[in-house]
Amino acid sequence: MTTAQKIRHAIDINALNRPRPEPSAIETCIKVEDLDLFYGQKQALYKVNMEMPRKKVTAYIGPSGCGKSTLLRCINRMNDLVDGVSIKGKILLDGDDIYDKSVNVAALRRRVGMVFQKPNPFPKTIYENVAYGLRIQGINDRRILDEVVEKSLRGAALWDEMKDRLNDNALGMSGGQQQRLVIARAIAIEPEVILLDEPASALDPISTLKIEELINELKEKYTIVIVTHNMQQAARVSDYTAFMYMGELIEFGETSELFTNPAKKQTEDYITGRYG
Amino acid sequence: MDNSKIKQHISRQFNEEMEDIRNKVLAMGGLVEQQVDLATKAFMGNDMENAEKVVQQDRYVNEMEKDIDHECTEIMAKRQPAAFDLRMLIATIKIITDLERIGDEAARIAKMTMRLEGAEYYQDKYYEIEHLQNLVKEMLNGALDAYARNDVDEVIAITEQDAKVDREYTSITRQLITQMMENPRNITRALDMLWAARALERIGDHACNVCEQVIYMVKGKDVRHLSREELERTVNSVRDR
Repeated sequence: MTTAQKIRHAIDINALNRPRPEPSAIETCIKVEDLDLFYGQKQALYKVNMEMPRKKVTAYIGPSGCGKSTLLRCINRMNDLVDGVSIKGKILLDGDDIYDKSVNVAALRRRVGMVFQKPNPFPKTIYENVAYGLRIQGINDRRILDEVVEKSLRGAALWDEMKDRLNDNALGMSGGQQQRLVIARAIAIEPEVILLDEPASALDPISTLKIEELINELKEKYTIVIVTHNMQQAARVSDYTAFMYMGELIEFGETSELFTNPAKKQTEDYITGRYG
Repeated sequence: MDNSKIKQHISRQFNEEMEDIRNKVLAMGGLVEQQVDLATKAFMGNDMENAEKVVQQDRYVNEMEKDIDHECTEIMAKRQPAAFDLRMLIATIKIITDLERIGDEAARIAKMTMRLEGAEYYQDKYYEIEHLQNLVKEMLNGALDAYARNDVDEVIAITEQDAKVDREYTSITRQLITQMMENPRNITRALDMLWAARALERIGDHACNVCEQVIYMVKGKDVRHLSREELERTVNSVRDR
């Protein structure tokens, strides 16, 4: 076959006509309902409603102090650790309210992993960092641990670089490697959701691209929510984007639409760098 | 939508770059309008001086296209624009392609005029295309106006005018066929006329393309390849956003 013919064969005409999935066909993983959050007297989130689809990447964007990290931290109840926080409304994970009294917070955090802005590996070996989550669950079988460590490091695109250095101290790794190690540690316990709070903001451009590449791979298995100050990053990695401003969710929609043709003027002003 | 849209960036330099692009497109549009005007006048009035001017000036149009293209590429690389800014740059890149083609059509008419110099049959003026060229010039002017004002209110009217242009072109064709049948000695002249009419009709199509891009730029809706009714419906559906 000539190249032109090959190309023509490769183009699936039917695929071009295939409609996009109906919104109803997208399964919701996390649902936020009328969420208000107060730090003491000060209200930080106002009546937030949002449905985050399963096995997709949802990005939160907005100026500093708009409540995006606060909202992210609500999803695994990290705000419980902050004094004076009170919450009204609901967050449903697979239909169950995570703020219900019966919820075991430690179990919730096993289902909802989190990675922070600055890589925070433990001062242990690379191997022990990844195995940590299993060890505290009482799993010490070397074979199981070996398997999980390899799988998680592969999942975080770190295995090939690190397989001969598993017993080195994790603090000797580069920042980008440390961040991927933390992601490996998060996925070792097989969560459903991974929360990423500005995971690449402390990294150089190459490491950033590696993390973005990794996010793209991880969404095959996990629902991912990412907070980022870098709008181009949100545009690159996410399927859905939420724009927040002063504690309110202004606009939530498909990333491709939000960045080319936002519905709200406030969104447009923010993503194009205008004063609102 | 107001025009200050491109002036509100936090980065003043970005404002200046976007404004510069818009001004250059309008300058290019102005030149292209002038080219069409001169070329048709030269053709109808047997005016060699203007015909030559049009041919000479065509390279300025080409240069402007390259220059604006380059500037758009640079802004994209530098600023990663989004939303209206992104749509404006994409629309601009396409609009200037159409403007350049309009310039080519004008140059085509001008070159033909020069070829006709001294031809025996070129003594009588070519007024058949007068109405057609007026319609087309109005369209081009309206399209550039819409771009300058970020305003889609008038564009539907312009695309409707294209139907008039098409009708006028068909009627000229019919008229010319009659002339050719009446007397075969008219054939050469009629063919010239047909080419000129064809060039003008194409200019109308390009003006319509510019309008479509203005709709995309302002409303974020891709209205290419839609029927006039669908186009109108799409524009109205997002009009009061």
